[in-house]
Amino acid sequence: MNTPRTTYFLALADDALISSQRLGWWISRAPQIEEDVAMANIGLDQLGQARALLSLAGAADGRSEDDLAFLRDERDFRNVCLVEREQTDFGVAMARLLVFSTWQHELYAALAHSSDAMLAAISAKAVKETAYHVDHAAHWVRRLGDGTDESHTRVQAAVEAEWPWRDELFDTDFLDPDLVADGTAVDPATLRDPVEQRLGTVLHEATLTVPQARPAYSKGRLGRHTEAMGFLLAEMQHLHRSHPGVTW
Amino acid sequence: MMLTFVTSAVTVVDVYGNDFTAPGDEPTAPSASPAGARPEEPASFVALLESEGRVEPRDEMPEGYRKTLVRQIAQHAHSEIIGMQPEGNWISRAPSLRRKAILMAKVQDEAGHGLYLYAAAETLGVDRADLLDQLHSGRQKYSSIFNYPTLTWADVGAIGWLVDGAAIVNQVPLCRCSYGPYARAMVRVCKEESFHQRQGFEILHTLSHGSDAQKAMAQDAVDRYWWPSLMMFGPPDDDSPNSAQSMAWGIKRFSNDDLRQRFIDMTVPQAEALGLTLPDTAIAWNEERGHYDHTPVDFTELFEVIRGNGPCNEQRLSHRVKAHEDGAWVREAAAAYADKQAARQSHEGAA
Amino acid sequence: MSREPLWEVFIRSRRGLSHVHAGSLHAADAEMALRNARDVYTRRQEGVSIWVVPASAILASSPEEKDAFFDPAADKVYRHPTFYEIPEGVEHL
Repeated sequence: MNTPRTTYFLALADDALISSQRLGWWISRAPQIEEDVAMANIGLDQLGQARALLSLAGAADGRSEDDLAFLRDERDFRNVCLVEREQTDFGVAMARLLVFSTWQHELYAALAHSSDAMLAAISAKAVKETAYHVDHAAHWVRRLGDGTDESHTRVQAAVEAEWPWRDELFDTDFLDPDLVADGTAVDPATLRDPVEQRLGTVLHEATLTVPQARPAYSKGRLGRHTEAMGFLLAEMQHLHRSHPGVTW
Repeated sequence: MMLTFVTSAVTVVDVYGNDFTAPGDEPTAPSASPAGARPEEPASFVALLESEGRVEPRDEMPEGYRKTLVRQIAQHAHSEIIGMQPEGNWISRAPSLRRKAILMAKVQDEAGHGLYLYAAAETLGVDRADLLDQLHSGRQKYSSIFNYPTLTWADVGAIGWLVDGAAIVNQVPLCRCSYGPYARAMVRVCKEESFHQRQGFEILHTLSHGSDAQKAMAQDAVDRYWWPSLMMFGPPDDDSPNSAQSMAWGIKRFSNDDLRQRFIDMTVPQAEALGLTLPDTAIAWNEERGHYDHTPVDFTELFEVIRGNGPCNEQRLSHRVKAHEDGAWVREAAAAYADKQAARQSHEGAA
Repeated sequence: MSREPLWEVFIRSRRGLSHVHAGSLHAADAEMALRNARDVYTRRQEGVSIWVVPASAILASSPEEKDAFFDPAADKVYRHPTFYEIPEGVEHL
């Protein structure tokens, strides 16, 4: 049974891990070769964050990063549903990255002052990485939004599709209030205003409309995922699980 | 910029900086002249080669030299880009997070290497977009080695150890190639490439010292990738019409067979360290020659793959074409945005 | 013709050194070129500062001008300190 502390670390770790897993798909499929390199860089940053956070989560009971990544079942993953959904359209990938990395950037900036020294250190490193991810996503969203008619339509549709899934980023339900009180965690609800404001600015610059969308049914933080998650994990975990206990 | 020549290289394959054709196909070098002859070469060019100097983009050079380089560098670049696919195939399934990170970084490097090489080719007056069109339409080729599938995780190890190992043997001499931009790109590539080979060796070493199933996986991968790796060096030079001219021009420094032998000599002791068997019972140290003997490579299979009949030719190319076509709207958007921004700026400037 | 112009990339590898030409790349505009340069050419901590310049903005001397441009400097040996003889024992010169 995970402690509230472990659950919190896992949530942040799983966000980064699953996002990285989706980004990895793009390497060899990006719109230009320079972008293959860029998306790999972002995926690698996120994977690095995931590994550090998984190690932190596992430290309490001796589970390794790989135990946690490959041997947990779907219901034990705590990432938001936003990051687990398929993304094979570049507009979707950039709209999602904009939402996710803006939120991550605000989060890590706050967690750099966490009372947990390890989490603070991981966050201080990640805040620089995510600043670049936001920059990259914002540059593309502006270009797609204010590019051609087709790109405007497509990226507006992508934004509409991603928007309802961002609410879960600000959900507080899964989080033990004591962790906020003792300064370990950041109350996600406090990130909403700064994140929404930054997203609104980018969409405005991109000549896009901020969707008025109802929140999606998104309960990944509680271990209730979308149907896409099972396939993602099946692919990610099958080799590791096929050979129990070996070294790779 | 328009390509000013039409390549006849329909069946040429260029294997990571090597250059040869399947027998019976059109000669590919622009020089049908006897090997070594240099008709009409500018004196400044001849003097540069004789003094082992580097040819730079705006120097005078024979058209054949320029065409040969464009073809070779472009096909080298294409190989890097297509080469992302077989290993990229395992990013989502890498068996540990450490391996996943290494593999992502490695496949990313291949994209980077492709970019360095396209940039080198562009110094010769061609445009990357045109080169990519030639790849997509099948008029220019990429290394045949990437037309083999990666069936198991061990294949990622075998590609790093054998394929990248063979590539390094081929590429290190290119760091001294007579054409400056190509040589400089290769210096950068070779520096980064050495991590690729080591990580492949490490994967296989871990597997071959692991469970029985892992060991079998490693052996199977080596069995499948050994011969294709030897084929990467191309047929013996006697059957390789371009070799002599490329050597005379300082584009190529060693014969295909010499490089292949060097690779085998390097690799046999490494296989012993891995505890894996190379699928050639004739491999034995020849004291007299100071080299390992081996069964001559049967190139029938290579020529079939070059002709388009390998296991993955169609898959690799259509994956690449799909990525390019699916990304067209994004590239158009970026160009349209750049035009708008430029117009806004000039408007502001005028105001 | 590609709609993504070619950019030349110059990198300062560490503070105190000049920017040195690293290679080139394609991007639709300068901002993307700068970001692409960061991703493509500084993956291994190769740089602390990047310039990108449109390749079309570079005017290069041509090899035909080589003799006129560079040979006249060859006989101005008096520009180099080794040209001068200093009496033995004189220091700090």
